[in-house]
Amino acid sequence: MIAGWILIICTFGYLLLLFGLGWLGERFQQQGKSLVNNPYVYALTLSVFCTAWTYYGSVGQAANGGYSFLTTYLGPTLMAPLMWIIIRKMVRISKVEKISSLADLVSSRYGKSSTLGVLVTIFSLFGIVPYIALQLKAIGVSFDLLTSDSIFTYASGAGNIFADSLLYLTIGLALFLIFFGTRKVETSGQHEGLVTAIAFEAIIKLVAFLILGAFVSWVAFDGPGDIFRRVANTPELQSLISFSTFTGAEEWFWMIFLSMMAILFLPRQFQVAVVENTNENHIKKAIWLFPLYLLVINLFVLPIAFGGRIAFFDTQLDSDMFMLAFPLSFEQHELAVLGYLGGFSAATSMMIVSTFALSTMVTNNILMPAYAGSNVSSKSDISGWLLNARRAVILLILMAAYSYNRFVVSDFSLVSIGLISFVAVAQFAPATLGGLFWKLGNKQGAIVGLTLGFMVWFYTLVLPTIVQSGFLPESIMSEGLFGIALLKPYVLLGVSINNPLLHGMFWSLFLNTTAYAVLSVITQQSSKERNQAELFVDIYKYSADYESKVVWRGQAFVIDLRQLLERILGTQRTEEIFRAFTAQHGSNWQKEPKADARLVNFAERALSGAIGTASARIMIANVVQEDEISMEEVYSILKESQQMMELNKELNRKSRQLKKATDELKLANERLLKLDAQKDDFISTVTHEMKTPLTSIRAFSEILYDNKDLTDEEQEQFLDTIVKETERMGRLINQVLELEKLESGAQTLNLQIGTLDEVIQSAIQSTSQLLKGRTLETDIQLGKDFSVHFDRDRIMQVLLNLLSNAVKYTDEKTGLIKLTAQYFEGEIIVCIEDDGRGIEDENKDRIFHKFFQARDQTRKKPPGTGLGLAISKQIITLHQGKIWVEGAPEQGSKFFFTLPAQLVIDELKVNV
Amino acid sequence: MSKNVLIVDDEPNILMSLDFLMKKNGYQVFVARNGREAIDMIDSEAINLVVLDIMMPEVDGYEVCQYIKHKPNSANTKVIFLSAKVKEEEIQKGYEMGADFYMTKPFSTRDLVKKVKELT
Repeated sequence: MIAGWILIICTFGYLLLLFGLGWLGERFQQQGKSLVNNPYVYALTLSVFCTAWTYYGSVGQAANGGYSFLTTYLGPTLMAPLMWIIIRKMVRISKVEKISSLADLVSSRYGKSSTLGVLVTIFSLFGIVPYIALQLKAIGVSFDLLTSDSIFTYASGAGNIFADSLLYLTIGLALFLIFFGTRKVETSGQHEGLVTAIAFEAIIKLVAFLILGAFVSWVAFDGPGDIFRRVANTPELQSLISFSTFTGAEEWFWMIFLSMMAILFLPRQFQVAVVENTNENHIKKAIWLFPLYLLVINLFVLPIAFGGRIAFFDTQLDSDMFMLAFPLSFEQHELAVLGYLGGFSAATSMMIVSTFALSTMVTNNILMPAYAGSNVSSKSDISGWLLNARRAVILLILMAAYSYNRFVVSDFSLVSIGLISFVAVAQFAPATLGGLFWKLGNKQGAIVGLTLGFMVWFYTLVLPTIVQSGFLPESIMSEGLFGIALLKPYVLLGVSINNPLLHGMFWSLFLNTTAYAVLSVITQQSSKERNQAELFVDIYKYSADYESKVVWRGQAFVIDLRQLLERILGTQRTEEIFRAFTAQHGSNWQKEPKADARLVNFAERALSGAIGTASARIMIANVVQEDEISMEEVYSILKESQQMMELNKELNRKSRQLKKATDELKLANERLLKLDAQKDDFISTVTHEMKTPLTSIRAFSEILYDNKDLTDEEQEQFLDTIVKETERMGRLINQVLELEKLESGAQTLNLQIGTLDEVIQSAIQSTSQLLKGRTLETDIQLGKDFSVHFDRDRIMQVLLNLLSNAVKYTDEKTGLIKLTAQYFEGEIIVCIEDDGRGIEDENKDRIFHKFFQARDQTRKKPPGTGLGLAISKQIITLHQGKIWVEGAPEQGSKFFFTLPAQLVIDELKVNV
Repeated sequence: MSKNVLIVDDEPNILMSLDFLMKKNGYQVFVARNGREAIDMIDSEAINLVVLDIMMPEVDGYEVCQYIKHKPNSANTKVIFLSAKVKEEEIQKGYEMGADFYMTKPFSTRDLVKKVKELT
């Protein structure tokens, strides 16, 4: 046994630690830094799902029902991947609409209906307060166990000392919440102090559970294998590890479904997953981190449960308490305290977040609308009143839970109340999911569906517990209400399902969903609802320019809006809000006394963050004169914005295409301009080259004409010049035309098979008269073995051109020219070498360009058209050969060209 | 006393025709086949008028003209450009270099002789 006062000190010490952490988190937030803005903390806070029910109850459930406890964790695990679709959407909507609770979300979706806000709030209270009480019960029971003389004789609830301690504890938690949850009026933002504490508790409960699990597995037994072996060897326990205990797959399915709904719709889950979310991307990591947490915290459930069944086989010990019973029976008091604190952290984290979420709902959805409706005329400061109201509500909820625990709860196990709570929150599923993904879902459907669902829930699941407690006659259960058999709570309308929980869930959800769907289809939405439905379902489309998408028409004065905001949020905050609006939409609004729709919407959203959407709607409606807007107008405005968006997209696409086309055009134009410049250049060079002979021709013609007294010699010389210059011009014209044809591809080769020998010989013959004193050496090693596909006349032209160039650039008396030809690797290589002045490296390519010499005025122009090499290059290229020059200045030049060739034998073979 | 005319061109046939025309009209003719030769002539002879081609290797006609007009001894020497260059800016440049006249090829022998006579 552990002394009660030690445990009380530990308990309150732990609570102080939480305060410290909360304070630290808050400090960091105020300094603009953040302890909690990361996906790991986000995933840890999601584990607020794991309450004392997980901590103690899973063991209890496993000890009696084997694996079925897993359904509670399989549901969230299966739901995790869908978080990116559902939770992210809720987060986005909540950020945009400044939504601070599930009640707010539902009310906002259905045209900011305050009725729905009230309904969701009340149902949440009914569903969750007992659940909070349950946590208190778990703390109480564990306390009693630790402080009792013997673990087998303790009586739960008997220790009245702690009954008071529980009261103090409850008040302590209320203080914690008041301290860290009601600092500012706005509820939609993050509460980092709170989140820090919750993340810490998530670690504590996990670590404590693992340490105790390890203790049971390896200290109390010889490892988990040992435990399972023993269970298998004990006939009474064998059923635990077989699947025969299940009433069926059906039950598993529905239980998993139920926990899937719970992870989405429990107010505390909405609080941590949606309201406290700082970054949508954290959801991505939580998708695997959160299920991992669930897996780890469940690792030792079976070893502890089965170990407990073996170790405490014949005792009356409550299986929920196996976890603490082990260290106690081993006299390991420190471990027992650690286990107790783990359970305590699981319980308090749930209580803190649930109470906070509920208090936000109650103030924003019940108190505030009532206050706003009755008290608007007064100019008093609302913010103080609001904070006090929220504080009072926190205290009230916790006290209600305390009383419930003290006077009602003691008869039920942790699990049953937890499950009844789950069914309660599952009632929010149709209205919420429908609201997120189905534009037609409407207010009437939501109200009737929710109400029906809760009535059935109450009747089939809560009423029986009241009967069981003896407050109502047993006859209701056995004969039905007013003796009507069809109204038997467990066999509604004669439908009998073995498991009362499944029975209640089936009927409540069935009627709820049906009513929601049917009414949504057969009744009309109001225009405001239609607007909200559009914004919710297509939130990703609208979140950027939300203000301008809320369809509103009416008259409002800026001064009225400002006063309203100041009354609720205070002057400083109001100032900030107007600044934020200016930053987003410009400062034009300041010039007008009347507010435009965007400003009204902005103000309304700012208010929503503090007092909930429905209340904000009422408050705003009080200061503005609104016009009713027809359904058609809402439709047309929304449709317009949609069309605009599509048009915009189309426009963007078109402009991208246009840009691409423009770039291509620019490029093409540049190419054309370059070609054009080349052409211009060519033409001007050609005309210039033509003018030289033309000038001589004209000059001498005129001289001959004007001077009849010329000597015969003179006459002959001048006429001879005229003839030669005329020939020169003819040559030039022909070559230009030829080059043009070759370049454009109009000139095709007259290909024939032959040998190069003969062509080379005739070229040499033709050149011989030009040689004068020059020496021409030849070394031709081809024989008749190689055949070439070629145009004889063209190749002849190339050879003549190269030979005459060699002649031109060598000394008339001492010049030496060598011509060699040989076969090498599929080609015939011809080289014409001279001992002339050679060619500079930078000109080795350029000499093959048209009129290279004409453009180069630094060297003496030799006779010739300046097109010979350009034409040669074209001809060789057309033959698939190459032409180039080697050598250095003053050391002569070597002109090479190649032609593809093959052995004659090959050719014959091919022909055969 | 006959005047001295320098004809400068790198095209032998044109030189031949100019040589004939100038002599025929009573001028003392000096011949240069490129810019460098022309400058040498200017330095060594007292030339009254130069018929000057522009496109020539090594030193072009513009430079020769500039040289003539800047050198005190030859500043009074008249220069007629005789060039195949016909673009406005090329002609403009010729005058900027100090030329007295610019004639394009192919040229009228009569016009050239008339101009030479005018300037001497």
